[in-house]
Amino acid sequence: MAGLSLSRRELLLYSSAVSLTLAGGAEPAVAHSSQAHEHASSPVLSGKLQFFTQEEAADVESIAALIVPTDETPGAREAGVIHFIDRALATFDREKQVIYHTGLAQVRQQIQRLAPGLLHVAQLSPEQQVHLMEAIVPSEFFAVIRTHTIMGFFGNPSYGGNRGEVGWKLIGFEDQFTFQPPFGHYDADPAKA
Amino acid sequence: MAMIRVPVSEQVDFVVIGAGAAGGVVVKELATAGFRVVVLEQGPYKREAEFVHDEVGTTFLGALVNDTKTRPNTFRTDETQKAQRKPTLTYGCMVGGGTVHFTANYWRFHEVDFIERSRWGAIAGTGFADWPIRYEELEPYYTKAEAELGVSGNASANPFEPWRSKPYPLPPLPVKSSGVLFERAARKLGWHPYPAPLAILSKPYRGRGACLRCGFCEGFGCEVRAKSSTLASVIPVAERTGRCEIRPHSYVREIEVDNTGRVMGVIYFDRQGKEVRQRAKAVVLCANGAETPRLLLLSKSNRFPEGLANSSGLVGRYLMLDSGSFSGGLFGFPLNEYKSVQVTRLLQDFYDSDPKRGFYGGGGIDARFDFYPISFALNGLPKDLPSWGSGFKQALREYYTHSMFLLSHSTSLPVHANSISLDPELKDAWGLPALRVTYKSHADDLKTMQFLLDRELELLAAAGAQKTWSFPVESLTEGVHLLGTCRMGDDPQQSVVDRNHQAHDVPNLYVVDGSSFVTSGRNQPTCTIQALAYRAADKMIAAAKSGRLS
Repeated sequence: MAGLSLSRRELLLYSSAVSLTLAGGAEPAVAHSSQAHEHASSPVLSGKLQFFTQEEAADVESIAALIVPTDETPGAREAGVIHFIDRALATFDREKQVIYHTGLAQVRQQIQRLAPGLLHVAQLSPEQQVHLMEAIVPSEFFAVIRTHTIMGFFGNPSYGGNRGEVGWKLIGFEDQFTFQPPFGHYDADPAKA
Repeated sequence: MAMIRVPVSEQVDFVVIGAGAAGGVVVKELATAGFRVVVLEQGPYKREAEFVHDEVGTTFLGALVNDTKTRPNTFRTDETQKAQRKPTLTYGCMVGGGTVHFTANYWRFHEVDFIERSRWGAIAGTGFADWPIRYEELEPYYTKAEAELGVSGNASANPFEPWRSKPYPLPPLPVKSSGVLFERAARKLGWHPYPAPLAILSKPYRGRGACLRCGFCEGFGCEVRAKSSTLASVIPVAERTGRCEIRPHSYVREIEVDNTGRVMGVIYFDRQGKEVRQRAKAVVLCANGAETPRLLLLSKSNRFPEGLANSSGLVGRYLMLDSGSFSGGLFGFPLNEYKSVQVTRLLQDFYDSDPKRGFYGGGGIDARFDFYPISFALNGLPKDLPSWGSGFKQALREYYTHSMFLLSHSTSLPVHANSISLDPELKDAWGLPALRVTYKSHADDLKTMQFLLDRELELLAAAGAQKTWSFPVESLTEGVHLLGTCRMGDDPQQSVVDRNHQAHDVPNLYVVDGSSFVTSGRNQPTCTIQALAYRAADKMIAAAKSGRLS
């Protein structure tokens, strides 16, 4: 899209193979001042899960990565959305735990239907993953996981996601404490508008 | 801070319930005039250091507004239905109330707003009525509110502006790209765009600093006190008098009357949930257009079996919510609307009603962007785009900095069946009946919203939008502007409070907030709420000084 600042693009190293080994190697998120909401907004602790099992986390991360994929820019996986969701369900969104249990059970059923013998979203082919998503899109689980993915992708990094501010960088949002005019193209030169 | 601690055993001059748009103004006026005041606010007392740029914590964890888990709502469209639990109303729930998080649009009523019944005649099926006061009586208080709180604008730029005794104290904030595009489009169509009046400081004023244009305005508290909330402006003035105490986390459950029918005080739950009685010579109820009627309905007694001050039966009735329509446009170059305040331009060419349209109603249209990254990804994109996957991600990348929106604010007719009432079954976390909302938009409200939506699309096309999209016009099921439920009037059978905001039934009870409204205006009510509060305070002070409240 013409005009979008290309200086905002950064290629981050990402690993598509670590989805089942979230315990190791995750770097701390950018510290960011935030009001205390129970334990929701503390710095990331080496990727330790608070609510999901490793296997559940792998599938949730895979679905998040289908909602906001990795392409030439980072997606939900690199943003660490799984950590946002995991922490949310352990703290301020406890009442949504049951929706994830039901939803992941539906996902397992769909995987069995699409690819008998396979167990995880990441093992499906891309076409099978699209069929899986189409099957779950009408569900309340999809609405919740989509909302959580978006919150995790664009929320303050102190909540566990939006690592390296990759979500903000995607859309060109700058979190600064002050801006001076001109703000955009049209107020910079109204004669050209 | 010179805030005092009043022993609960003391009978103060005034208890004010609610420290928001109206309550903040009232406490400042009363304390300054020499009265001893206790303010009871159900929410917390936050300071600027707690206002942070955190969309998750503020918007999604509801740091500044009513928690619908502990204070649930129920909703139904009409009285034949059983109301279902549904978060319906959102209001500021803290010291400063909605003025902490509001967009800060600050529109005076026009002269016509006070006399529309005389102007247009009755409207069947509604309580359409004139106000008991006129613009000229309220004008000095509009001017006072703008000067004391700090409002920026340029009134002479709006040909539809009502007359005024003084200009705005501060010049407008710098225009954004949305405002430039809006101006170009409006002028092409022969309309009259002008700088939006905002309760935000464009320059340092009265000890507070100017807006930093940080972008985290609507929905957030201002960490530099540039948004003119009552928290930043008049509440500190009240506290410095040494004559008032603000008690947060104080949830009033009843206003008590004695056996002569005068209020004698209130009972409230303190932070630990313990019941406390505070006695007062008079009570001022400023709890917003939903919580105010609810408290009156909760305050039943032998003398007032239908609720305090409710001999008219109109407490809770004629609820008017915020009508409007919303459209978006995509442009070829970045606007970067996430920077600075939400609104910089507006037009009022369609403010007045026009019988040639075939329906009652009118409103203003503003140019804005009030999405933050998460809310934009959830709600800001056109609905025909993918909701997940590469297409969704690409759309976010393309649209976020290249979009602007137009929001119209329009009339809501007062309908008797639209109301705030007590839910017969559901209780809040304190065991009190939950707030029940009954609401269906009048047909003319819907026609007005559609009319303004059509104007929005004309504007976006004239601005050169590459793509436009709109939110559908529907009967309202949510509200943030809560109006009409304890309306003013001269006739005690047709109103709850008189022209001085004194309850017809109770000489030492005053009610002033959005509930006082007779008509909705064009649904940007805060300016008028605060002008009414300044005027009501004058009336209360006069009554107290002449001994009528003891």
